[in-house]
Amino acid sequence: MADVIAHHEFDPLSTGSPRRRILSKSAVYALLIVFAVCYLLPLLIIFLNTLRPLQEIVRTGFIAWPHEVSAQYWGEAWGSFCIGGTCEGVSRFFKNSLMMAIPATVFSTAIGLVNGYILSKWRFRGADALFGLVTLGVFLPAQMTLLPWAFVLGKLGLSNSIAGLVLIHTVQGISFTTLFCRNYFLNVPDDLIKAARIDGAGFWRIFRRIILPLSPPIIIVTVIWQFTGIWNEFLFGAVFTSGDHQPITSAIVAFSGSGTGERHYNVEAAAVIMAALPPLFIYLVGGKYFVRGLTQGAVK
Amino acid sequence: MGSQTQSKADQPWRRWIAERTPQLILVPTIGATLIYVVGFSLWTFWLSLSTSTILPDPTFAGFHEYVALWKSKRWIVSFQNLFLFGSLYVAGALFVGTLLAILIDQRVRFEAVWRTIYLYPLAISFIVTGTVWRWIFHPQTGVELALKDLGWIGAKFDWITDRDLAIYVVVITGIWHASGFAMALILAGLRAVDGDLVKAAQIDGASMARTYRKVILPVIWPIFLAVAIVLLQFAIKTYDLVVALTQGGPGVSTTVPAIVVYDLMFQRGQIAQGAAAAVMILVALAAVLIPYTLFMIWRRRQEGNQHG
Amino acid sequence: MSSLVINDLRKSFGGVEVLKNINLSAESGEFIALVGPSGCGKSTLLAMIAGLESVTSGEIRIEGRLINNEAPKNRDIAMVFQSYALYPTMTVRDNMSFGMESRRVPKAEQAETIARVAALLQIEPLLGRKPSQLSGGQRQRVAMGRALVRDPKLFLFDEPLSNLDAKLRIEMRSEIKKLHQNVAKTMVYVTHDQIEAMTLASRIAVMFKGILQQYDTPQNIYERPVNKFVAGFMGSPTMNFLDATISPDLGVIVDGGDGKVLPLQDGQIAGLVAGQKVVFGVRPEHFSPVEEKRAERKGGRSGVVSVKVDMVEPTGAETILMTKLAGQDVVVSCEPDDMHAVGDEVTLAIDMTKICLFDPKTEARL
Repeated sequence: MADVIAHHEFDPLSTGSPRRRILSKSAVYALLIVFAVCYLLPLLIIFLNTLRPLQEIVRTGFIAWPHEVSAQYWGEAWGSFCIGGTCEGVSRFFKNSLMMAIPATVFSTAIGLVNGYILSKWRFRGADALFGLVTLGVFLPAQMTLLPWAFVLGKLGLSNSIAGLVLIHTVQGISFTTLFCRNYFLNVPDDLIKAARIDGAGFWRIFRRIILPLSPPIIIVTVIWQFTGIWNEFLFGAVFTSGDHQPITSAIVAFSGSGTGERHYNVEAAAVIMAALPPLFIYLVGGKYFVRGLTQGAVK
Repeated sequence: MGSQTQSKADQPWRRWIAERTPQLILVPTIGATLIYVVGFSLWTFWLSLSTSTILPDPTFAGFHEYVALWKSKRWIVSFQNLFLFGSLYVAGALFVGTLLAILIDQRVRFEAVWRTIYLYPLAISFIVTGTVWRWIFHPQTGVELALKDLGWIGAKFDWITDRDLAIYVVVITGIWHASGFAMALILAGLRAVDGDLVKAAQIDGASMARTYRKVILPVIWPIFLAVAIVLLQFAIKTYDLVVALTQGGPGVSTTVPAIVVYDLMFQRGQIAQGAAAAVMILVALAAVLIPYTLFMIWRRRQEGNQHG
Repeated sequence: MSSLVINDLRKSFGGVEVLKNINLSAESGEFIALVGPSGCGKSTLLAMIAGLESVTSGEIRIEGRLINNEAPKNRDIAMVFQSYALYPTMTVRDNMSFGMESRRVPKAEQAETIARVAALLQIEPLLGRKPSQLSGGQRQRVAMGRALVRDPKLFLFDEPLSNLDAKLRIEMRSEIKKLHQNVAKTMVYVTHDQIEAMTLASRIAVMFKGILQQYDTPQNIYERPVNKFVAGFMGSPTMNFLDATISPDLGVIVDGGDGKVLPLQDGQIAGLVAGQKVVFGVRPEHFSPVEEKRAERKGGRSGVVSVKVDMVEPTGAETILMTKLAGQDVVVSCEPDDMHAVGDEVTLAIDMTKICLFDPKTEARL
């Protein structure tokens, strides 16, 4: 991870007597392991329960070593588990979430790139005020927008639809992406733009040939953040969609909350893990950019 | 000659367009942001002053709903919970995050692995986090049952169903989710500290604990402040985590303001009061963010002055 | 024909006038240096010629064509930036072809031009590399190459050597001079380094506080500066300024001293009045041992002064003496062989043909 390069060659814990060195180092590793267990165990426990038969879970609870193991509950959770009358598992909701998160991520990232490029490199009077306004959008609590969105979605005929959620997340996401991209492009020297203008390049050509080729790091950061943020979002999905149109987060709450009869813990656990997998996958693949986005988003 | 005059004639407006391309492209964003940030906020504010119930109703009613809101026990409880949860959550996440950052800062092996493990909860949704921890905390599925299974028949661990203790379940889960975030930022801060400071402290005979407490951590206080502000913001907006974990219960013991807003708006048909509650959330955020922003601007000015 | 003409040019940023009434012209093939301390407006002037800053009033013409409102690309100019501004994601070759692509130059011609310019600058081996893989001097060359492929009417340089270390700077300075002799194009070169300006330019424009102080050949700027600012800015170590009075026989008496008269030349006395207060300007290198009779050998006169040495700074090629002349600070440059020690009283001759007199109030040269 480029952001946190281990640059101190000096290690205070490896000074002094061998006894002190070994003792202090082992204390450090022991603590690290204890914490790692605390962080990993909950998800590991839930994962093991996706493989256990229901009777076993009911009898011993979640925290027990599995005796019988089967992958069939994953299949049920994905394709045949009954939620609110339909028996299609979470696959439908998983697809809903993809249909929501992918377009909203693409739109908001694309718009944020252009906005950031303009606000950093084509400054005009009022640009700072505009940027301030856009930044306010990052902090505006969702509760302030629920009723207006309900009205706007109704007027546009997008109530209870994935398209409506795409619209909401795109508009809301522009604030984040513009903030990220603008701050990133501020580090691109203005002389590059001047040189390109003298070379005869216009607004779009400079964007395509100079800015975009410099953008992969910030594109990855915004895509990761937008995708995981939108995938994990719950409130808008819960308020504006129901039944077949819900994203996976609100579907999970709907079926684990609606249990009147017997609870299918193993299938529910599998569904919960499925809901966690896409952002986890992205986190593991793009971890370094994940951290970079974190530092940029929080400290600036 | 003729063509020359013509090309001169159409040049001004073409130049006008060319010079304003950036502004013209921004128009849709400006429009959407204005509607979203300013329009929606004013709209909700106006609804909070109206007589709206199940449906929006434009009749002006004044600040009645705010008064009613602050008289409702549920809202008072939700705000008390917000204060309790917010302070413990921020303090806990900062404490655990700092501890983890310091441990990782000891030139440990497999640094990236440790970091990845501690940070991963942040990638998972509050819904998943809340559901997972509900199962673990619940007496019928989690720790209590496991203890009984091990032979401790009298074992009792039912915080999640206890009115007085359920809020601490939310706090613990929140810290589990956010401490990696604090760790990542504080670690980045530690790495930016001049390494010679540590050497100087060692030569001065300070223990490691004292070196961190007295020398290193005071240098990176702006990072602690930034992390605290971000976490406080999360706390004020907290909704999903509580819904998945306790649904605000038992009773109203873990209700938070965002849950009240949702219930008023969409369950109880009290749109005006729900809007008033939403405005109060905005006010709470402003009470955190505006002083912070002003402080940061002031600090930047001070630094600017010092550097001439 | 005049290649670049600037008439009554003004620039203000929100009410603050940063350029005041600039008039300047360059003949075809000339090398013009814009010098001045930072904030004097020289870079703004260059940016206005490039079209990167708008014109508040006045006019800029390139080869007779008014270009005030032309976009940079339509001005037929090329520019080398202080930061080089090489496009970091493109190879050297692509950096050079980018402008030609914008102008829709045929591919074959692009390749030919790049080959020619690369040969001229000896950067052929670098064509496939990215800017990050180049050294400072190589980047500098590539930046010039990018300007050269354009074959413009006017080259603009914005402090192109200030990011290089001292040795490389001198090397590149002569490269640029050679380049100018080769391509024989009009060049406008912004620098804060007066030595660069002196060595490169056919004419120098000295700017201060948004005003063009003097625009002349390097020799005239050095020997006949129009005012105290120009005299002080050009030359290193800087010119000494001494408070003085004109004597009844129209010589110079340094204030606070023994009242000894330093004789002026016939051509220098026009308009001077006995008893007039003046600022007496003399460059460090115009002090010499009395027996050398430097001025007399040219048929001029010298003035003999005695100075007290406060400090000695050998630099190798010359030795700089910090001295007091009649109680006023004076810097003297002398041969390293002239051994002087701190505390010495030294008698020196001033070459009075080279001195300048300024009005103490207006600071203009008399």
